[in-house]
Amino acid sequence: MRDDDWRPTCSIDALIERAQTLAAIRGFFAQRGVLEVDTPVLSATTVTEPAIESFSVVDGSERWYLQTSPEYQMKRMIAAGAPSIVRIGPVFRAEESGRLHNPEFTMVEWYRLGFDLAQLIGEVEALLDLVLGKSGYRHLTYRQLLDEGAGVDPFADSNAELNEALTGLGVELSPNASASRRDILDLLVAHAIDAIGDGRVFITDYPEDQAALARIETDAEGRRVAKRFELIVDGIEIANGYDELVDADVLARRMSEDQSIRARAGRSGPAADERLLAAMRSGLPSCSGVALGFDRLMMLKLGVARIDAAMPFGISRA
Amino acid sequence: MAFYSTSEFKPGMKVLLDGAPCSIVENEFVKPGKGQAFNRVRLRNLQNGRMWERTFKSGESLEGADVVDMDMEYLYTDGEFWHFMKTDGSFEQLAAGEDVMSAAKEWLKEQESYIVTLWNDVPIAVTPPNFIILEVVETDPGIKGDTATGGTKPAKVSTGAVVKVPLFISVGDVLKIDTRTGAYVSRA
Repeated sequence: MRDDDWRPTCSIDALIERAQTLAAIRGFFAQRGVLEVDTPVLSATTVTEPAIESFSVVDGSERWYLQTSPEYQMKRMIAAGAPSIVRIGPVFRAEESGRLHNPEFTMVEWYRLGFDLAQLIGEVEALLDLVLGKSGYRHLTYRQLLDEGAGVDPFADSNAELNEALTGLGVELSPNASASRRDILDLLVAHAIDAIGDGRVFITDYPEDQAALARIETDAEGRRVAKRFELIVDGIEIANGYDELVDADVLARRMSEDQSIRARAGRSGPAADERLLAAMRSGLPSCSGVALGFDRLMMLKLGVARIDAAMPFGISRA
Repeated sequence: MAFYSTSEFKPGMKVLLDGAPCSIVENEFVKPGKGQAFNRVRLRNLQNGRMWERTFKSGESLEGADVVDMDMEYLYTDGEFWHFMKTDGSFEQLAAGEDVMSAAKEWLKEQESYIVTLWNDVPIAVTPPNFIILEVVETDPGIKGDTATGGTKPAKVSTGAVVKVPLFISVGDVLKIDTRTGAYVSRA
């Protein structure tokens, strides 16, 4: 063990900045009348999304999941009559560790009743201006991002064309990767985000198979697009927002598609969260919601290159 | 050999890629949006020194390569093989072929210690010490006292390598040379 292994992974100055920023964020929501709520970290079910792995913990004969996001519980609160709400606290993602990833991190997640995506994007801009200082924002659709940053059309190009573009960018996949169209698009997006350079960029209108819990709409050119956004700041993904799907039957169908993708990949999958589906059947008011990675926001504020330098104890010393 | 998964990849780990022994230089975890996680890995092919970059799906694995670095003393060449002896007191000898001698051939000195990289007990690379002391065997006559003008001239050293040296160096001088750059450092 190294001599300084007991120390926090961030500086004491960073602890102070974190505390001040959390206070500023709480003030921001209080001023706007968004109610802060608590949600449990342990829950009986978890997300079915194929690319998100939950930690499970055993208590005697019972199994619980550490929550990857407070989304389900917050939607249950809203369906039960809660106003616009925010939750600031820890979330957990298994198998995610690296320069920008820590298996446990702090998420700021909020839901706005009656907001559409443009209104929510406006509020995210106001929060970012508050924390990082005022700046301009670019707004690109997913299609524009890939056109500008990788020279492909994600809606029209064939798999072979996308593959060729990826190879042309110098990305060599391991022969065993057996990458799907979605995988190739994800790698092209990662490249395109690097290519468009620094700045604050909102990406909207994702392909419908990337909808997760967002509504799907037909755009002006007749493409089926998911009403979602991601916020990228200086190449780092900071936030992910949805115009929320409120139709329980559509969600149940997506969850069962997730489960078959998981089954094909040989990964066990959690059961669909029946309480969330029941809440949506009883009536989820139309709303938009966004999850923002607080530690990554602090990376930008502090100007540090690794997420563990923005949090008290990164996983290497947790 | 054991298999290592992408989450276990660490700089310095020796693995087999496309049948070649490689050393991992960098392993970056990449997870765009809500998509599949990948690992962008930079590796150095230990047979030819070339850098490779590969993208793996997280969770893929590579077989470990049985690669060891060993300090060995250079003995002699018979023209076809270069012979080295272990410095651990075992006096065990190994012969390296011309194909693995490229980096070290210009800097071979008897009784000097070299790093011999073995893959499955077969030498795949020989690395000279970072600094080596060699005698000048051929150069233009030295200009005595000229230590200030900064001019250089070529000088051939005992191993056959040609090094740029200051003008005051003469035949018979003993030099300290950086083998990684081939640059003159000082008189020894």
